[in-house]
Amino acid sequence: MKAKVEVFLKPGVLDVQGKAIEGALHGLGFADVSDVRVGKTIEFDLKGADPAAAEAEVKAMCDRLLANTVIEGYRVEVA
Amino acid sequence: MTKAAVIVFPGSNCDRDCKTAIERSTGAKVDMVWHQETALPEGLDLVVLPGGFSYGDYLRCGAMAAQSPVMREVAAAAERGTAVVGICNGFQILCEAGMLPGALLRNAALKYVCRAVGLDVVNGQTRFTAGYAGQREVTMTVGNGEGNFFADETTLDRLEGEGQVVFRYRDNPNGSARDIAGVINIKGNVLGLMPHPDRAFEPELGSADGATLFQSALASA
Repeated sequence: MKAKVEVFLKPGVLDVQGKAIEGALHGLGFADVSDVRVGKTIEFDLKGADPAAAEAEVKAMCDRLLANTVIEGYRVEVA
Repeated sequence: MTKAAVIVFPGSNCDRDCKTAIERSTGAKVDMVWHQETALPEGLDLVVLPGGFSYGDYLRCGAMAAQSPVMREVAAAAERGTAVVGICNGFQILCEAGMLPGALLRNAALKYVCRAVGLDVVNGQTRFTAGYAGQREVTMTVGNGEGNFFADETTLDRLEGEGQVVFRYRDNPNGSARDIAGVINIKGNVLGLMPHPDRAFEPELGSADGATLFQSALASA
């Protein structure tokens, strides 16, 4: 199975990278842009056939390593 | 003779500074301990997690180092009451390991900040700050790109209420919540701070205030 994890800063946590990118986009004339948030995507292969079990395992990975839940949220897709 | 250990991760770059700072300011014997070790030296009074860019800051600053084999031993030593100090990247590692509350975000102004900073000793009653003996302001140097301390409001209130905020910036260099520069765990034996006492242990370095921190930590051993 393929697992895809998206990690992003929680709402309310200042995303300074997002702010810088927003400023640069405005500088290029894309004036309608607002609220830019930068996250990251982590993809990997996972052995096993049970999607529910795999999703639970990937969430455990997120809680223990892939995301810092003090500041970050995550979304998991297993297919 | 008191004994300290400095943990060396791949990418640590203040490990030797820490060793020198502790030796010169306290006379303690300092062992360097590689991150893959599964045991710490016997009879340690102090463990220091140094500054640097452990694992190249991959994933998040300190995230990979927090999973190193040696960190299980550091957590166990802290549980037994051994003093642990995390400086800069070491602070990030302690937060990632769940040994201290909060997290360190990218600096609010997006810039790496490297300069001397004035700090208020907010709690002079800890085993790391007792030596300041009423000295309210100290000077150390910061050098960080991700030193912006963050915790939710409830946690910040709790930290302040319990005296866990140990150092505060007089002129916040990185956007840290409530100007927090250093925090201690509830048990009082694990301290994390972004400023470097290891870069301020002799007057020739501009300040010797960092020496007092190491002296206090080992005097209470």
